[in-house]
Amino acid sequence: MINSMKSVFKSLFLTELLKGMSVTGRYYFRKKFTLFYPEEKTPQSGRFRGLHAQRRYPNGEERCIACKLCEAVCPALAITIESEQREDGSRRTTRYDIDLFKCIYCGFCEEACPVDAIVETRHLEYHFENRGENVMTKEKLLRNGELYEDQIATDRARDAAYR
Amino acid sequence: MSAKPEINADDMVNIEINGVPMQAAKGSMIIHAADDANIYIPRFCYHKKLPIAANCRMCLVEVEGVPKPLPACATPVMDGMKVLTSSDFAKKAQQGVMEFLLINHPLDCPICDQGGECELQDIAMGYGRSVSRFAEKKRIVKDKNIGPLIATEMTRCIHCTRCIRTIELVGGDKELGGMGRGTKTLIGTYIERSVNSEMSGNVIDVCPVGALTAKPSRFAARAWEMRSTAGVAGHDCIGSNINTHIRNKEVVRVVPAENEKINEVWISDRDRYAYEGLNSDSRLTAPMIKVNGEWVETDWNTALEEVVEGMRANKDNLAGLMSPNVTTEEAFLMQKLLRDMGATSVDHRIGQQDFSDDGQAPLASSLGSSVEALESLDAALLIGSNIRHDQPIASHRLRKAADNGAKVMLLNSIDFDINFPIAEFIITHPDAFAADLAAMVKVALEQNSSATPDGLGALINDVIVTDVHRDIVANLTSANNSSVIIGAQAMALADLSVIRSLAGLLATLTNAQFGYLSRGANSIGASLAGAVPYAGVGGKAVSAGRNAKEMFDSPAAAYMLMNVEPEHDCIDPVQATSALKAADFVVCLTPFASDVMRDYADVLLPTAPYSETSGTFVNAAGTWQRFSANCAPLGETRPAWKVLRVLGNLLDLNGYDYLSSEEVRAEVARDTGQLKLDNTQDWQCPASLGGASGIVRITDLPIYAVDNVVRRADALQQTVHAVSETIAMNQATADKLGVSGAIRVVVAQHDDEISGELCIDARIADDCVLVSSGTVLSSGLGVPYQTITVTKD
Repeated sequence: MINSMKSVFKSLFLTELLKGMSVTGRYYFRKKFTLFYPEEKTPQSGRFRGLHAQRRYPNGEERCIACKLCEAVCPALAITIESEQREDGSRRTTRYDIDLFKCIYCGFCEEACPVDAIVETRHLEYHFENRGENVMTKEKLLRNGELYEDQIATDRARDAAYR
Repeated sequence: MSAKPEINADDMVNIEINGVPMQAAKGSMIIHAADDANIYIPRFCYHKKLPIAANCRMCLVEVEGVPKPLPACATPVMDGMKVLTSSDFAKKAQQGVMEFLLINHPLDCPICDQGGECELQDIAMGYGRSVSRFAEKKRIVKDKNIGPLIATEMTRCIHCTRCIRTIELVGGDKELGGMGRGTKTLIGTYIERSVNSEMSGNVIDVCPVGALTAKPSRFAARAWEMRSTAGVAGHDCIGSNINTHIRNKEVVRVVPAENEKINEVWISDRDRYAYEGLNSDSRLTAPMIKVNGEWVETDWNTALEEVVEGMRANKDNLAGLMSPNVTTEEAFLMQKLLRDMGATSVDHRIGQQDFSDDGQAPLASSLGSSVEALESLDAALLIGSNIRHDQPIASHRLRKAADNGAKVMLLNSIDFDINFPIAEFIITHPDAFAADLAAMVKVALEQNSSATPDGLGALINDVIVTDVHRDIVANLTSANNSSVIIGAQAMALADLSVIRSLAGLLATLTNAQFGYLSRGANSIGASLAGAVPYAGVGGKAVSAGRNAKEMFDSPAAAYMLMNVEPEHDCIDPVQATSALKAADFVVCLTPFASDVMRDYADVLLPTAPYSETSGTFVNAAGTWQRFSANCAPLGETRPAWKVLRVLGNLLDLNGYDYLSSEEVRAEVARDTGQLKLDNTQDWQCPASLGGASGIVRITDLPIYAVDNVVRRADALQQTVHAVSETIAMNQATADKLGVSGAIRVVVAQHDDEISGELCIDARIADDCVLVSSGTVLSSGLGVPYQTITVTKD
């Protein structure tokens, strides 16, 4: 009896509708969430895992020592490395390819790297126009590293205490 | 000389390890008992094949009633002993040692080739502390350059001294040692030099850390990237067992596989590093045919059609030659194919010139005992053998025997560098070998008072007997277990048949075994499979044909060559290449193409080297060792047995429907099953004993020139044993020839002439001039052990 009375009351005075409209009204006057991408962008975490890069030491020497731990840990088998002894006797890669079609951006490579050579930058806006461009070669990765080094270094420094 | 003492059933004691009661031989160490019971005790310096050093202290265990931890590798078991390998006390001791070992270890695992297969890594994970308390500076040691085969990173060394003991025990020379003490200890070569032992690579396997790693494969692959496949080494007649490590369809390195009966846990550097040749640039990747003098790559069908046409057109005068390194299956199929075509000339004995006892001599020249049994010899006479370079594993076995007092004796033309005590040796002109053996036979006959075999009396009447001959015979006779062995270098001698019958007779008279350490990996297999002109498979009677030398002396119209480079491998390279050039049709089944080959061949068929085919090698002891392909054939390369099988079909011959090499092997095994390897032969009196005949060109088979794969192995060619392109003789010979002081000399033999650098070598016998075979120089000369003239250039 009481339940049917409640139901009649609700439907007669449109209380549910008013409740719903009040939410709409509240948000109507609030600050907007919507961004005008690409002019506006959301804030990013320093730990964002975007496009990969290979870093260099301040003296210009590439960090990667071809230990192949990233290749071994990669769950998607996206990384291919060939290594050899460079003329100065150091261990270096002759080939370092990441297939971005395979990559799942899990960040394991970055975590496995003993010298912080392979990193995932905050860069997320990239596209491919031709087949084959999905493979990030050593040259491309090193260029990314040079482009984003400041940000990479700051992010790593800020995160150092938690790693 | 294993570290583990022989077990005697009466001398057992009762001990208990981790509460498990067990029996252990008196005098054996705790670690032996634990290993037998599958209880692992961590260790670095202990190695089951090396003498005990007890200097790493990693194997500390608790023994009840003893106040201090004891090293398990150096504590003999005692009755009632109660050992605890993983009590808190033992663990604490092990963690302490681990911490000390890691103090000066660089922990550069990411760039270390040993990373992933490192004993230090494993044991640190299992028995070390989780954190390091060491914050001081670490020690840094300068790397040493010890040659082109072994890379050093001495900072990583933990001074277990396994390498020192290995190079002394297996390498034969004390080339490595420790200098300094405490933290200043350094492992090295004392003075700056390379490690030159032909077994040096074994230090890489025993090194528990990454201090010693393989230089040719440095930084090429990580342990987890490689697939290990079993194989048999294909460069000498011992047939060492190996594991071939493959990465991306390419052989990256070779390590020994354990086989107590053959190679224990060691392999020679040749077996270890020859793989570099497999990856060489001269590998043939597609079938090629010559069209109007130009080489064009083609497909298999076209190439095989060309071969069928060429063979059919010349089927009346067809000859086949293969190297003694082909598999038994390949040898069998090739001789079958050629004989089914009606050809009779097929041979694999490319380095031999005296075939006069074909048919009388044993079909297959085996060792006459197991490889293992070389160790227990009391006396051995080696004839024409540079055993250390020809069969390093056999040399190692014989060295163990010599160290135990066996009397090893030599008859050679070059005083080869042998790394064990030699009781007696004769270094003489090759033509005097027969006379020396006859002198020994004469002594043996006198002692034995047995009847002189037919016709020998007249020959040995004038032979001069010296004390050395008497001593050699006395050593052979007095030994319980002795052997007369004809080596690989002797196979090229001009009077091999005489040497063979005299050596056989000497063995019979002195009650010694008689055997051969023949050339090539599979000469026994090839002989059994019928790859000799006088016998078919298993010694079956066939119509005799021309042998490996005759087929070039009286040239055939068409040749089929398998895995052979006549300019380097054949006994008469000049004759061989000119006959091949003149032939109507030459087909080469070969993994490699060379310029010389492109000159004479008409069709090149890329066939798989031993790493890419399945097959069987029969070693000197007659053991059939089957192996499968380690990796897929390169490019269009195909296993030779498949090529020959398809050729058989294309030639419309019957019985070529094999589906696997296993079926081919089964057929060979069926036909040779009843045949026992036996070196005894009927006495055949030699016509004469030869005798010194002036200046003679002698030859040897350098360790890194034995076959087409080894010749292409870069790292081996950078070692001190690399092929030397010189004309060598001793000072007396040089003086006699009037070339002393000359820089270059000219050697002339018949119409052939070569000019090369003169090398004065005191190891060479008088009146002998050495031009090693397998060299560029030797490819310009004819048959060795013939008279030559030498003049200044």
